[in-house]
Amino acid sequence: MHRFANPAEFNRLADRILPWAIAVMAISLVAGLYLALIGSPPDYQQGESVRIMYIHVPAAWMAMFTYMVMAGASFVAIVWRHPLAELAGKAAAPIGATFTALALITGSLWGKPMWGTYWQWDGRMTSVLVLFFLYLGYMAIWHGFDDEEKAGRAAAILALVGVANIPIIKFSVDWWNTLHQPASVFRMGGPTIADSMLWPLFIMATAFQAYFVVVFLWRMKLEINQRKLSVMNRAEVYG
Amino acid sequence: MAAPKKSKGLKTRKRQRLVIVSAALIAIVGAIILITFALGGDSLNLYLQPSAVMEKQVPAGKRFRLGGLVATGSFHRDTDGLTYLFTVTDCAVDIPVKFKGLLPDLFREGQGVVTEGRLNKQGVFVAETVLAKHDENYTPPGTAPKNAEACSHPEALSALKKGGR
Repeated sequence: MHRFANPAEFNRLADRILPWAIAVMAISLVAGLYLALIGSPPDYQQGESVRIMYIHVPAAWMAMFTYMVMAGASFVAIVWRHPLAELAGKAAAPIGATFTALALITGSLWGKPMWGTYWQWDGRMTSVLVLFFLYLGYMAIWHGFDDEEKAGRAAAILALVGVANIPIIKFSVDWWNTLHQPASVFRMGGPTIADSMLWPLFIMATAFQAYFVVVFLWRMKLEINQRKLSVMNRAEVYG
Repeated sequence: MAAPKKSKGLKTRKRQRLVIVSAALIAIVGAIILITFALGGDSLNLYLQPSAVMEKQVPAGKRFRLGGLVATGSFHRDTDGLTYLFTVTDCAVDIPVKFKGLLPDLFREGQGVVTEGRLNKQGVFVAETVLAKHDENYTPPGTAPKNAEACSHPEALSALKKGGR
């Protein structure tokens, strides 16, 4: 693992993964969107509105997955002081914030016709909103310090403390009475989604996952190059 | 690797950091979740189920949210044609609900609802808003959901009671 803490090694690895990730993303996005919007049946209760689920659910999964990537990177950064780990957290945060916003917006748009309201302060919705603010706070800390090292340390600590919110999001629908429905896929006793809807959902989730890999690697490369550039500039000034 | 003495010291420090950060992380995450439960209490629940309303003896006139299933066969329209009457149940306790207004699309007997309003002196819950709750089932029309609600009312309720519950 230490080998990839070397930026040049990391860039080489990223360049090898990227074309494959882009291919997976393109294929699964086209197939997933076709199946989700055209190739899958309407729901027995929700009718055609169920199609929002194919965006909403993968976005919500990725919102939590990206947070775990960010928190994992922060943990490695604090314990082993890998410079790349810090950059990984910084690279992941805006992607996670976007997924979270997408989950909140699509959920809200689905909620109006189905529930009769855009928003209720129930356990699930509130904890996901907190997740969104954790991402924003993490990014704000990175921008708020002049000293990159201090910024990275402070942001990493926030990311780690915020991990508490992840089980709260997942189990909010079981621990408390919420308007949001309980889990349909990752639950005891197996999924409660018909197979003809479950497959399009998984394909869309694959597309979202591949999208994350692509944008994450691009942003990592960008961060590494920016670091290199600022080192070069300093070398010019002081050298 | 080049300086084995130095790297040994570094290794110990890293191991120490690993233990300290892991312990702190577990403690903080545990503390946050416990504090959420301890301070949040009932306010973390969006609504009360009929059993909880009964248990807490919620007084008439106090505003709260009531949630549960719309009992099968309980829904009907009042003589004015604008007021709806139905029973909200959690399979143990029933509360009659009166609502004047627009019902959401998903409102159905046997499905969940969250309503906000007050109990009147007669024990009828006068709702100001009614929200439909969707369950965890997704299935094409005409097929049976995989996880159909165990309680459909009132036949199933009496069957449950006979079954010794």
